[in-house]
Amino acid sequence: MEEKQKKERIGVYICHCGGNISDYVDVSKIKDIVKTEKGVIVSKNVMFACADSNQKEMIRDIQDEKLDGIVVASCSPKLHLHTFRNVAQRAGINQYNYTQVNIREQCSWAHSDTPMEASIKAAGLIRAGINKVVNSEALENIEVSSTRAVVIIGAGISGMRAAIDLAKMGNQVYLIEKKSNLGGHVAKWGELYITQQTGKNIIASLTKEIKKSPNITVFTLANVEKVSGSIGNFIVEVKTGNEILNLKSGAILVTTGFDSYIPKEGEFGYKNYPSVITLPEFRELIENSKETLVYNNHKVNSIAYIYCVGMRQTKGENKYCSRVCCTTAIHNSLLIHEKFKNINTYHLYRDIRTYGKQEILYERSSKNGDIYLKYEEKTPPVVEETNGKLLVKIKDELTKRKDLELETDLVVLVTGMVPRSDSSQISGKLKIPVGNDKFFNEIHPKLRPVETVINGVFIGGSCQGPKNISESVQSSLSAAVKINALTKNPTILLEPIIARINFEACVWCGKCAEVCEYDAIHPLEMRDKVVASVNEAVCKGCGICTPICPIDAIDIAQYSNAEVEGMIDGFMETVVFDNTGGNVSAFETGEGTRMKDMPQIWRRIADSLEIDPKTIPALAKELQLNPELITYHLMTMNKYNIVEADGMDDSDEYYVYKLKNLQHVEN
Amino acid sequence: METKNTRPKILVFSTDKISDPGIDQAGLRKIHYSPAVYVISLPCSSGIKPRWILHAFKQGFDGVFIAADGHECSYSPKCPEYTNQIIEESQRLMRENGISPKRIRMAAICSVCAESFANHMANFSKILAELE
Repeated sequence: MEEKQKKERIGVYICHCGGNISDYVDVSKIKDIVKTEKGVIVSKNVMFACADSNQKEMIRDIQDEKLDGIVVASCSPKLHLHTFRNVAQRAGINQYNYTQVNIREQCSWAHSDTPMEASIKAAGLIRAGINKVVNSEALENIEVSSTRAVVIIGAGISGMRAAIDLAKMGNQVYLIEKKSNLGGHVAKWGELYITQQTGKNIIASLTKEIKKSPNITVFTLANVEKVSGSIGNFIVEVKTGNEILNLKSGAILVTTGFDSYIPKEGEFGYKNYPSVITLPEFRELIENSKETLVYNNHKVNSIAYIYCVGMRQTKGENKYCSRVCCTTAIHNSLLIHEKFKNINTYHLYRDIRTYGKQEILYERSSKNGDIYLKYEEKTPPVVEETNGKLLVKIKDELTKRKDLELETDLVVLVTGMVPRSDSSQISGKLKIPVGNDKFFNEIHPKLRPVETVINGVFIGGSCQGPKNISESVQSSLSAAVKINALTKNPTILLEPIIARINFEACVWCGKCAEVCEYDAIHPLEMRDKVVASVNEAVCKGCGICTPICPIDAIDIAQYSNAEVEGMIDGFMETVVFDNTGGNVSAFETGEGTRMKDMPQIWRRIADSLEIDPKTIPALAKELQLNPELITYHLMTMNKYNIVEADGMDDSDEYYVYKLKNLQHVEN
Repeated sequence: METKNTRPKILVFSTDKISDPGIDQAGLRKIHYSPAVYVISLPCSSGIKPRWILHAFKQGFDGVFIAADGHECSYSPKCPEYTNQIIEESQRLMRENGISPKRIRMAAICSVCAESFANHMANFSKILAELE
């Protein structure tokens, strides 16, 4: 940690966000307050900070005023952090001397009910941002070289499909499979729903394509023994037979798939009665049967499916829904009717989840005459055997919890997907986290769904959670594209937000290394002593090592003591608003109107509509505001029952709006 | 006119990937909470230094709330354990400085926990007001 040069020429840009912020926060007054802050050279209000025109103006300001730090007070950093980092870079200052202050999601919107206090808070947030920038360091991204090769662990359908695309994109692909054959579960399956192709055929065709590709090397009966290195340069040690191979790769894709849930002995009669089987066993039975369905030397004339076996357990281990089992069971029931005649089927379910296009199957099954009976988790069906006949008892929720008894030849336990029993070995070797459900965890389920916290390690398919074939392939192909974006360049740039050691203070006690999940900290001999040293390519910048250090000799870039404590100081400074003009004061003192909890623009709209109902273009013209802004606020006012539509205008083109319940707001 | 907030001031430490998006959600959905709540987002709650917490109290904050990732933390399965240790160490420092250990709280806040966050803020504000 080097002595930092404090920033002394700062530009602050406070965004209206077209009214999303300025309707509640007095951005104009705050701009004036901020202008008097030490080190602030430029303080401006902007209608939309992210607009191209504003970005150009910021670049001009940075260059003309020789600014060395930038604060943008607008929306959440999740939206525009990189936009403004790029602006800083384009203007010639370091991108890490920029701070985004969230005065929309965490201020104007969250406190639209108390605009005066929202303004006070916004001023504090911006001051905190200024203090952060003052103490910020110019950081450079970390550049590491990269190998154009990818190791894929698991040659099921997800891994195979990703291997083909990664190879086509120019990567050397090493496909590692634990078993002797490719294709995983899908290789055993017959007809699949929606497309009517068989699993066997799909895998055969993918295998053919893999064999043709010169860029794919397949290792079967192979195990990953050890993984070392980091993004761009992983070394994956693979054992195949007696041979140990060290494969060099730029990235790793994990597509290890799932295990099928195996019921405990006695769970719905499993293992107690031979005619109680699981869904995978049932699929195999259909596949191997011709003309008549025979199980255990008996012709099957009736089947009872019991759904959600081992899944959605409120008190058990697997709390999640396995997504695919409802559709699979119903699809197999349809196959039964197509392949064999006169078989009665009963579906004992908790909820049917044939989501999306798969709903068609449920409809077809219902039309086929399949009988659906609903049970609750607390009163599950009971399977018994009397005189060699299976008897299933159910309390049917659809007939007012009537007790029903079904005599059946076969009970199929509709089991779902569970994490592989060996998944902890893979997660341990790769250091990728697992969730509560024991499937591998992505960084963010919506925004970064195939990346893990380990840079360069990706996940695809059902090792991440229950998925059908389409969803599995979608995720593994998505990972393939992300991987190629990394490996196609000879070097990779990493964010420098990592741990740094104060070598002067450090005396190497090793506590930081003990808590590091990523093995990123090691002792280093430096001059006359041993200090901690951080592997930049491996450190994730989580900061777990920082509070552990007994002498406070570690911090994370961008989160130094000066930056964090400076922000706290900024929050606490007193904000003074005078009562001469300015929206906040007028808003707060708005005597007589009793509308202080409404944004200013609502008051203007309400005042206008109180005179006579109007269309959006008419309101926009009268108030001299953008029609889109009027639309946004009118819709919100409509949601709160303040205005309502009052038919169409004379030209039959626009709705006319009138006041509905102003009293509701005033009270 | 000088205007100050009279509500208890709460400093929230959130996490970039999980709890901060949850707090953003509250704003997005116009779920209101105390405007005396200020948020600093960090990579992981296990990286909060007790000295920052003490600094916040010394600067006049009435309470500190850690919006942790809990078991959802993508960095370490031991995150709740480490964050607990940070709270214990902070409470020790707080006692030494005559600050009630009740002024620090922690809860796991996920990326869609908007209502939960607002409820926590309302409850904590109430507790802090009673401690005055």
